[in-house]
Parts: sequence; C-alpha cells; structure tokens
Amino acid sequence: MVDLTTSYLGLDLKNPLIASASPLSQKVETVRQLERAGIAAVVMYSLFEEQIIYDSLRLDRDLSQGTESFSEALTFFPDLTAYNDLNQYSIGPDDYVENLRKLKSVVDIPIIGSLNGLTNGGWIEYARKIEEAGADALELNIYNLSTNPEVFSQEIENEYLDLVRSIRASIEIPIAIKLSPFFTNLPNFASNLVEAGVNGLVLFNRFYQPELDLEELEVVPSLVLSNSQELRLPLRWIAILYGRISADFALTTGIHTAEDVLKATMAGASASMAASTFLKYGIDHGTEILDGVKSWMEEHEYESIAQMKGSMSQQAVAEPAAFERANYIKVLSSFDLRFAP
Amino acid sequence: MMKRPIITVDGIEAVAMVAHKVNEVVAIYPITPSSGMGEYADAWSAVGKTNIWGTVPLVAELQSEGGAAGAIHGALQAGALTTTFTASQGLLLMIPNMYKIAGELTPTVFHVSARSLAAQALSIFGDHSDVTAARSTGFALLSSGSVQEAHDFALIAQAATLESRVPFLHFFEGFRVSHEVNKIEQLTDEDMRAMIDDELVQAHRSRRLSPDHPVLRGTAQNPDVFFQARETVNPYYEACPDIVQKAMDKFASLTGRQYHNIDYYGAPDAERVIVMMGCGAVTASETVDYLNQRGDKLGVVVVRLYRPFPVGDFLKSLPPTVKTIAVLDRTKEPGSIGEPLFLDVIAAIQEGLEKGIATFSEKPRITGGRYGLSSKEFTPAMVNGIFSEMTESELKNNFTVGIIDDVTNNSIDYDPGFSIEDPQTVRAVFFGLGSDGTVGANKNSIKIIGEETENYAQGFFVYDSKKAGAITISHLRFGPQPIRAPYLIDNANFVACHQFTFLERFDMLKYAAPKAVFLLNSFVGPDEVWDLLPRQVQETIIEKELRFYVIDGYKVAEEAGMGRRINTIMQTCFFAISGVLPREQAITAIKEAIRKTYGKRGEAVVKRNFEAVDKTLANLFEVNVPEEVTSQLTIRKPVPDAAPEFTREVLGEIIAGRGDDLPVSVFPVDGTYPTGTTKWEKRNIALEIPEWDTDICIQCGKCVFVCPHAVIREKVYDPALLEKAPPSFPSANARWKEFPNMKYTLSIAPEDCTGCGLCIEACPAKDKTQVGRKAINMVDQPPIREREVANWEFFLTLPEVDRTALKIGTVKNSQLLQPLFEFSGACAGCGETPYLKLLSQLFGDRIMIANATGCTSIYGGNLPTTPWSANAQGRGPAWSNSLFEDNAEFGLGMRLTLEKHQEYARELLPTFSDIVGQDLVTEILNDDQSNEAGIAAQRKRVELLKERLANVDDPHAKDLLSIADNLVNKSIWIVGGDGWAYDIGYGGLDHVLAMGRNVNILVLDTEVYSNTGGQASKATPRAAVAKFAAKGKGLPKKDLGMSAMSYGYVYVAKIAMGASDQQTLRAFIEADAYDGPSLIIAYSHCIAHGYDLIKGLEQQKLAVQSGYWPLFRYNPDLADQGKNPLIIDSKKPTISLSDYAYNETRYRMLLQSDEQRAEALMKQAEDDVESRWELYQQMAAMHYDGKNGNE
Repeated sequence: MVDLTTSYLGLDLKNPLIASASPLSQKVETVRQLERAGIAAVVMYSLFEEQIIYDSLRLDRDLSQGTESFSEALTFFPDLTAYNDLNQYSIGPDDYVENLRKLKSVVDIPIIGSLNGLTNGGWIEYARKIEEAGADALELNIYNLSTNPEVFSQEIENEYLDLVRSIRASIEIPIAIKLSPFFTNLPNFASNLVEAGVNGLVLFNRFYQPELDLEELEVVPSLVLSNSQELRLPLRWIAILYGRISADFALTTGIHTAEDVLKATMAGASASMAASTFLKYGIDHGTEILDGVKSWMEEHEYESIAQMKGSMSQQAVAEPAAFERANYIKVLSSFDLRFAP
Repeated sequence: MMKRPIITVDGIEAVAMVAHKVNEVVAIYPITPSSGMGEYADAWSAVGKTNIWGTVPLVAELQSEGGAAGAIHGALQAGALTTTFTASQGLLLMIPNMYKIAGELTPTVFHVSARSLAAQALSIFGDHSDVTAARSTGFALLSSGSVQEAHDFALIAQAATLESRVPFLHFFEGFRVSHEVNKIEQLTDEDMRAMIDDELVQAHRSRRLSPDHPVLRGTAQNPDVFFQARETVNPYYEACPDIVQKAMDKFASLTGRQYHNIDYYGAPDAERVIVMMGCGAVTASETVDYLNQRGDKLGVVVVRLYRPFPVGDFLKSLPPTVKTIAVLDRTKEPGSIGEPLFLDVIAAIQEGLEKGIATFSEKPRITGGRYGLSSKEFTPAMVNGIFSEMTESELKNNFTVGIIDDVTNNSIDYDPGFSIEDPQTVRAVFFGLGSDGTVGANKNSIKIIGEETENYAQGFFVYDSKKAGAITISHLRFGPQPIRAPYLIDNANFVACHQFTFLERFDMLKYAAPKAVFLLNSFVGPDEVWDLLPRQVQETIIEKELRFYVIDGYKVAEEAGMGRRINTIMQTCFFAISGVLPREQAITAIKEAIRKTYGKRGEAVVKRNFEAVDKTLANLFEVNVPEEVTSQLTIRKPVPDAAPEFTREVLGEIIAGRGDDLPVSVFPVDGTYPTGTTKWEKRNIALEIPEWDTDICIQCGKCVFVCPHAVIREKVYDPALLEKAPPSFPSANARWKEFPNMKYTLSIAPEDCTGCGLCIEACPAKDKTQVGRKAINMVDQPPIREREVANWEFFLTLPEVDRTALKIGTVKNSQLLQPLFEFSGACAGCGETPYLKLLSQLFGDRIMIANATGCTSIYGGNLPTTPWSANAQGRGPAWSNSLFEDNAEFGLGMRLTLEKHQEYARELLPTFSDIVGQDLVTEILNDDQSNEAGIAAQRKRVELLKERLANVDDPHAKDLLSIADNLVNKSIWIVGGDGWAYDIGYGGLDHVLAMGRNVNILVLDTEVYSNTGGQASKATPRAAVAKFAAKGKGLPKKDLGMSAMSYGYVYVAKIAMGASDQQTLRAFIEADAYDGPSLIIAYSHCIAHGYDLIKGLEQQKLAVQSGYWPLFRYNPDLADQGKNPLIIDSKKPTISLSDYAYNETRYRMLLQSDEQRAEALMKQAEDDVESRWELYQQMAAMHYDGKNGNE
C-alpha cells in the first residue's frame, strides 16, 4: 500500500491533488463531488477586488443613468435592497465569505481561500475576512500585468513584498502566493517572498491570453483550457527552486494525468493543482488520476509521495544543467534534426 | 400627545405608506404622476411589509386602469379592503366601474394625483380636470393640498369610507403635491388602528359575495323600478359629510391636526372671500394672512370635502360680512356657464338664502375663475390680483389668472412682483443636468436639513420633457417656520448653475435676489471666469451685488473617479456657502446621506463620493467681482433668425423658458402645430461627436441606419456642386454602380448629436494600420463645432437622391433616403428611434402615423418641437396621438377614411372624363403604385387632374378636388410601445389585425413601460426585474407575434436591427407592401434595461444569438404561392441566454439580490427559449403545397 499523503502549507493532505481556483468551487455541490472524487483540498475561486469595484460602479451607473431627469420616469428600477433584508446588493466580499463558510461546513477537506486585491486596504480587509470565515490557508493571486515602461521591476517586486508583509502581519493562517513566470530572477524574488512571510509558492498563474479575431479585427478574450504540455514551465522552475527556497511548492497549469502529478512531485511540488482537466473530463477524472498515481507507484515500487518529492529536482538529478538555458538550444537542434530533409 | 417620527418625503410616498397599511388588495397600473404610489406598494409587498392587520397586501398590476378598476370592483365584491392609485386618463378609464362601485355602496379609496386631461394636447401636470370629470360617479371627493394633508387624508378617507359606505376619491395635485418633498409628521400604526374600526371592516366583509350565503348583485332593471332603486342611496350621501367630519375630529384628537369638511382662513369679518380647493388654497390662505396683517379683511374658504358637497358646512364657513366671493376652479369645462365648484357655490348660496341657513342675509356678488391648469403656477401675486379684482364695481366673471388671454380678454392683471416670502426662509435654486445627479443630491440636502436641523424644509423639482441632455431646476426652501408655499421660487438667496453652457441659454440670474449667492460650476478658476460670462450675467452680478463663487466640479469629479457626476460636489459647496450647518457637521451629514443613498450599490461608489466631498472645499473659490462689465458675449437666441416666424416667436420662447409669458392669441386653436421644428433647437448637448474619415469609409450606410437622432447622413451628388463647398467640406468618390462619377459625403449635424456612439459601434470599417480607428471616430465637439456647422449647412443644400432611381432594398441604398424624423428628444442611444427614422426614410412622404402615448409620443410630439419633418416638396409624415389605449383603432379610423375617400374619388373621377380627359382618368384608375416611380407618376397625374378641375364649377368637381390626393396611395402606420401593444391596447390591436385592413403596426418593444419609468408589461421577460415585478418576472413574455400569426392573413415580422439591419429593412418594405394588416415587433434596447446604451446594438445581436429574440418574417403572400409563410431569419442559438441577459442590470440585479430565485427563473427562461425555437422550427418546416406535414 503506497502512502499518498503530503503536507502543503502545514496542512496534512491525503494526497497531492488539489483543485485549483476555478468556477468549480462556486457551488457547494461540485465541491462535495470533488471531495468524493478524492481531491485532497480545494482552492476557492478568487475574490477579485477589481471585480467588486467594477460591479459596484457599474450598478451605480446603470441604476443612475437617466434618473431624476424626465418628469415621468424619475427612476427605472425598483429598489431591491429591502428585498430579502439586504442592506446592499451582493456586491463586495460578503457573498464570497458566505460561500467559504458554507463550504467549510459541508466538506472535511481543507479549503484554501484565494484573493486578488487591487488596493492595499482591499487586500488586507478581504484577507482578514477570508481568515475569519474559516479558510485553512490563503492563496494570494497576484494578477497584475505591468505595462508601464517607466516602472522598474524592482519597484514592482518591492510592492509585492510590502504587500505580503502587511498581509502576514494581519492574518495567522498560512499564506501561499501564486506567481506568474515573468520575473527576471525568480529564485531571488521567491526567496524574498519567503522571507516576507509566505509559506508556499504556487507556480504558475496562467493569464488569459487575448486572441486576435482576424475577421472582426478585434482583440477578443479567450479562455483555452490548459494541456499537459504546459506542465513543463512550472515543472522546470519548481525543480530549480526546490531545495533552494524553504517553502512548499504547488504546481499549477498542466496537471491532467497521473503522470503529470508524478512529474510535479518528483520536481519538488508538495501539491499538484488541477482545474482544466476537471472542467474538460468531469470531476470523476480526479479519481482516475489518483488511481493512476497509485498504480504507477505500486508498479514502480515507490512507497510514498514523500519519498518521491523532489527526487528529480535540479539538485537531485545527474545533470542539473539540463534545467538551465542550454537545454533550450538542445531541444531546438534535436527538433531540426528530426525534420531535416 | 405621542411623539411621532418626523420624516422628509414626497406626497407619493406619504400617501402610499398609509394606503398600503390599510388595505388588503392593491390593483395598479402605471400613469404619471401616480405611478410611484403603485411602485411603493409593489416594492413594500415584495419585501413582506405588512398592513396594520399583520398581513402583506396583495398587489396586482393590470393591463389598464379599466382593468384595474374591474379588478378592484371584483376584489371589493369578494370582501377585501382594496385600493388603487391613478390620475388623468387612467381615472377616466375607471369611471364606468366607479359608478358601479358607488351604486353598490362599496367602501374603497382611490388615491388620485390629480392631473390634466388630454384635450388639445396631453399634459402630465397637475390640475383638477380629472377628478371633476369623476364628480358624478357617486364617489366622495376629498381634497388635500400639501404633503402632510395628503398623508393625513389618506387615512381620514379610509375611515370615512368604511363608516359611510360611500367610496372615496382622495386627490391632491400631481407634481406640486405628489412630488414635493416636505417635512411631515408620520402617522403610526397605532394611529391607523385607532382610526380604522375593525367592526366596519368586518361589516364590509359580511356584505361580500359568497356561495356560502349567495346573493345577486349587478342586476338589470327596467323603467318601472330603476329610478326608485337609484334613490335608495340618498341617506348614505346625506350622512357622509358628518361622518367625514367625525373622522377628522377623531384624527385631530389623535394628532392635533384639525381639519374640517370646509375650512375657513382669514378675517372673521372678511368682505372678500376666495373659495377653492387643493394646494392653491394653501397659497391663498398664506396670502390672506399676509394681507390681513396689513389691514385687509379677506378670507379663503378651503373646500376639502367636495362631494358630497357639504352645503351646511360651506354656508357656515362664510363670514356673515362677506360681500364678494371669487370661486376658483382648477379645471375647464368649455361651454359651461361656469366651472363645477363655481356652480356648486352658486347653488349652495341660493339654497342657503332660500332656507335661511346662510350666515348672511344679502346675496354676495359671486364670480368664478380658472387658474393653474396643467401645473400653471398659482402664486400669492395672483391671489392678490384676484382680491384686487374683487374690488371692481363690475365683476369679471369666468376669468382666468396666471395667463395673458388676449383673445377673449378673460384674464385678470396682477403684479408679479408681489411676494409674501418669509425673510427668514432661505430659498435656493439649482440649475442642473439630469445626468449630473443634481436633483438626487438636492433631495438628500432637503432630507439633511429636515432631519438634521430644527429647520423646516421643502424641495420641488422641475424636470425636462427631453430625455437626452435634460435640464433640471431644483427649488429648495428651508427656515425656522413651517414651509408650505406650493409655488416655485422666483427670488432666491442662492442660485447655482451646474453647467457653464446654461449661461448662454437661460437668464437664470433673474431668480437671484439682491446680494444673493451665485455658485457656478466653472471649468476656469476665479481669476479667469469673469471674461467668459455673457454680458447680461455680468450686469446682473454687478447690479444685484451678488456674491459669486466658482468650483471646477468636473475636475473634482474626474479626480475622484466620478465621471461627470458632480452632485455631491455641488451639494458640499451649497452647504459650505449657505452655512445652514457647521461645515464639519454638514460634511458628516452629506457622507451619511451618501452612504444611505449609494451604500447599497457597494463600497466603491461610497468611497468615490466621499473622495469627491473631501476634495471639494479646496476647489471652491469666491470670485472678486469687478466693477465693470467687460463681456461682449450675449445670451444666444433660442432659435436662429432663419427659422419661420411661428418657430421663432412661439416655439423659441418656449425653448428659452419663457412659455409662461406667451398670450393665448399665439396658439393654434385646435392643437395643430408645424412639423420639422427640432432642427432649429440646436441643443449642443454632446461633448464628443463623430468625425468622418474619408479614407477608411466603405460607404455602407450602417452608421446612418442606426443613428437614433438622424444626425449622420449621406448623400451622393454631382462633383460640380463641390465648387461652393466650404474648404473643410469632406467628400469621397461615390462607390455606387448606379451613380458613376459622383461624389459622396457622410455628414454629421454637430449641434444635434447626442454623442451616443452607436454609429461608431455599427461602423464595420477599420483602419488597416490601426484597427482601433474606424471610418467615424469620436472627437471633442467644441473645437470643431463651428467648422462642422458650416459643413452641415452646406451638406443640407446638396440635392436629395432621386427616389425613383434607387432600389431601396439594400441598407446601403436605403440610407441615401432623406430621414423625415430627426433630432428627437429621445435618450442618447435610444433603441426605438432608429426604426422610426427608417420608417420615415422609406415611406415618410406618404404616411399617416397613429401614435400611442408613451416614449414615442413624448419625443415625437412634446412641445416645443417635433422631430417629424417634411421633405423639400413639403411632404412628410402626418402624425397624431389619440390616447394610450385606442391607438390601433385610431389608426384604423384613418385607414377607413383613406379607403372611403379613395373609393369615392374613383367613383367621381370617370364622371369628369370629358373635362379632364379620358386618358388621364384611365391612367389614374389603372395606376400601379407598387414602387417609387409609380407613386411619382400617379402624383403627377393627380396634380394634372387638380389643375384641370380647379375652375370647374360643379359641386362634385369640388368634392373630387378635396379628396383627389387620396388617389395617391397612403400608408397607415400605427406606432407604439409594448405597454400599449401587449397590455392596454391589446384588445384593439387584436381587433384591428383581425379586420384584415391594410394597416401597418410597429411595436417598439422595450419590454417595459419605458416612458413612465420601467414598469413591467406582458412583454417583460421572465427573470428580469422591473417595477411592479420587483421579485423578477416569474412568467414568460407573451408571444405577440405568434398570436398574430394565428390569423394566417397577418404579415408578422420580428426584427432587431443590431442583429440584422438587412432583415429589418426587408421587413419594413414587405409590411408596407402587404395588402392587409402587418405587425412588426422591433427589439428596442432601452435605458430601462440597465447598461451603457453604446452597447445596445451588441446586446441586440446577443439577444438573437441566444435564441431569445428569434428573427422571423411571416408573409401570408407566400402561403398563396404554396410556400411556407414563416421564414426564420436567425440561426439556431449559439450562446446561452445568460450570456446575453447578465449584461443587463434588469437581470443581474436579481442575481445580486436573490441568487436562488434568479437562477431558477433563468433556467426556466432558457427552457422558454428552447421550446419556442423548436416550435418555430416546426412551423417553418410545414408544407404549404397541399402536402401537409414534414418530409
């Protein structure tokens, strides 16, 4: 019998497979299904401060436009805030917090809150609310595409570090941070983040990449589910960081199969996070992945996840340089050779 | 006496809060100005607010006021305490039931915000025309004249009806009372319990119809007994006044406010007395107090119980010294010897003298006059004028006051400078834009002053009849003494102008008292502002020694992320300058009000408003007023000199806000006005307007097609014409096969554009090097205004396209046709007007339009101007509005006349063949008018016919001449919204369709009653929130198209121009061509859907893509050809309903207030879409070639 248990952010997990932040956690029933499928923990969908602000301003605009102008139509909508004893429309963190509370009360697996703030005040206020609602940990979802050529990368990194310090000082629960791959020297930044107080790094955040519509000549938002090929990037970086940075790692983006989980673990991830695959194949696919992990380990006579974790990290492999830049050239040349006439 | 809450509310809320507490069933229907009462009742019931018996009143919206009255009658017969709210035409529709309800002695109270009745024109404003029209129904009529009285009388009426069994109509003036915000003492549940006798409630129930103790009510009676049976109710009416007085006395014992059936104010030994009712009596009584303090002996009799007329109380109220009585009626009864109250007073005095029960022995002189029709101001100055008139030796009877009647010379003179304003009362007037939130902020200010200070406070708001670029004027009074004053402020201590450009349009400083404060929202600071003011403004500031402040409200708003909403900024300035509260306390109160008003919309909105408040004071500056007038700028004329005389001298004065000064003689006697007048108004309301890029444009016409205000137009013309063009006039080579070697220009009316941006959204042409740039792009208006005005004026001189040479079946070609509907006052980005404009382009030179009341009739026909216009030949749509409910029948009537006159002309024509020529007769009778060329040819023939008949001295020839124009075919278009077509007018619409006559019906479906503020209709979709459907509509939208298709001989099209402009065009052409009834149901995005209307076309597309709004055409002609008449023009749904719906607040707000219900309703709505799609598919697949069924 193989031992699938792992520890992530100080949480004891029955296996390394976590449902990453996605719409799947919006409904109690789907979270229940995730638990039944054997998933070890759930990261809730993100609480987006920007969305809250947007929703608030949009509602205000829509309820205000055209009002108090024309004698016969001083307003255009009934006031629903008295309805169901609401003091306000469900704009703001309350719904999220309420959902979190509900999830905590109906499932036994850990629930990790996810937060994407915009203002300093928002980050801290909402982090506290998520903690108060009973989240087992908090994942900071830093989703900020810097486009201003006037701003130095160091400034951006410092802002993140200040933010982490403020949040660390405000809450007790473990904190993970979900990063994008776009940092000049990730190991340095990761190490600073750990120093500032994060307990885990979630690699990597997957930005929606806009698509160009050639017919309409428009930039269109496009949601493409991940695939196993995308595993390589986080795999590499976890392999590089493992052992150098004293934090837990979770690999996200590209976890679709048992093999992907095994690779993530071997690279050094304490947890593998998946969402696309559940959206694509259904939640029960989680059970198949876990069964696959178990079979593979049995077949290959591994005893435990702990034994496997980091076994193929950069520090553990025979050729550490394989994870570094040279590797890129090598792949390209082998590609050329294969398709050469 | 117990302490009651002091609240600051408007009349609507004050009445509704009592009515909702003392009833079990409320039947409602929207009508201005009473809609708000129904909205409150519906919203309160939706949140479970109970009545005084602890149960939630049941609120039901009916299809019309007639329907509401029927439902009330039924509910009363079944034993419920039942009420309704209505006004004007709505009350007229209730009259038949009111006779029944009264005839059956059924207690109920109808609350009426009294409003004008439509005569020469519709008016939404207040007077007593409606309630006096209902005076013979048998309802008791109880009049209240202030917000407090309206609140109190709502309860007194309820108590009195239960005891007397006489039903009550409780009324108060629309707008002046219904919409005035005032500080009142709120009645408690205990007060209401004390006033309402439960035994009487049970007695009412005991008379109900029940199969457990069956009776028959509503019999038919014959001449032998009807009369006697009608007289049985007399004792109840005789007892009624005392019962009302008893209720008033009991009310006084509870609240300390003593009312009487008839109240008298003034000197006990008055010789001159005015008799009147409503809020005008408040003005009169305050004026009497003022004048008596100065030595006069005057009085005013306030009639509160008007029916049953309390003769005894009335006679007692008059002082024995009375010598002259003036009876003022707020209604007009043309042809009558006098208005109703006047006649009542005459009869009462006659009776009093005959029976010896009058306080006087000699008959006083009595005169009657009219005042205040349609909310015409009634001021202390007018009261003073009437009292002066009463001293004349020869009394002017049947007089008017408040207008200049230079036709029948009935009006009396008065000194408009006479004022009784209490010097302790602070008076402030604010000029704002509807969109900047001024009124909302002022309503909050009134509440703050009313509730945070010991001051009394009053707010009244004058709105616009334009929906885009609307101007609002707020009138605020506050001070240590109670404020009643139901008239506007004309002598203000504080005048605020929230929009710099108003200075060049209105003389607003005429409202300023000497040494008043003038606050201006200025884009320049205190040092630069002076020279930018018009000369008249500078003069007034110096002359009146005004204290002048400026703030750049837009800058502060922008910095706080508030866009152009400057409301809280200007409000903060007002408090800071007026000093009504200490600054810190004022700012705290403003912030509390912000939290209360906006907090429910989320914290972000609150924060931005707070930020705006905090940034305000640092940007508020007092201007050091120079001693010299320096400006050469003048207030500009309301319309240019080039406008026709009537437009200049009448409509222009209305535009300038001086309509009150126009005398009777300038007005048409029958309500007939010229068309094509919006073009003179030049409102300049857009900050940004589109600019054409000749290089990118592909000349598709789509921008012209969608423009709601007809400000973008295109022409194809001879290049030689460019010789006289201004240098900046843009042109390109025309891309038309039919027009080789011609030039093309897309032109924009810079001063008429509303800046909605729909044209940009519709433009498919993008710059290949920079796709964000299109063939038209928004640019700032002020820098290019002058240049573009010149371009536009030149563009208008270019010839219109030759209609006979054009195939109009493509969007591109159709948009070369001149629009005869332009520059309406509809909302920026309106979803309705592009359809009307298209209609005017396609057939405008030969259509008659029957227009149902609603948005279309307001932006189509609300004075001063109309967008309906004529072409160079003087032809254009002839437009009329009858009522809301009868529009289909109204249009049918037009059709019947056209048919009859055409038939008669065709009968007469051959009899003149010797005179006009057999060839001409034959050609006219064998006309083919199926295309533009045919119509043009027939017009020529008819002109020839008229020439040849002109001098024929024969009665039949003259007859033929008078109707010969009907030999050219005309189209009837019956236009209205969904409130008309699905609800109030459905019976007529269905009948007109069924009659098979050649009429075209265009339903502009916004899925709510847009004009009255978004109440649900049967067109409202499931899962959407609307007023009267505050919990989200639980049932699906009625499929009006399907009903019409069931006839088999009705052309039906469902269209959405944002989804397919070509299908829209095709539907219009086919409907017009179809020789039978046609119905077009047009998706019309609307401000009441709750999103930025710039996305209106996109939403239309999504509505179609989701299957919610399938496009189809059902053409019975196809069935005659053995084809299936139903053609579905849209594809199978490709997106989910929620992808479309949740872009709109009407759907999303339910999600944000009751997610569970929202999801359940959305699921059902999705099922609706699916099943309807399947059904349509099956119908479209049926065979019409004799083989029934699918292959």
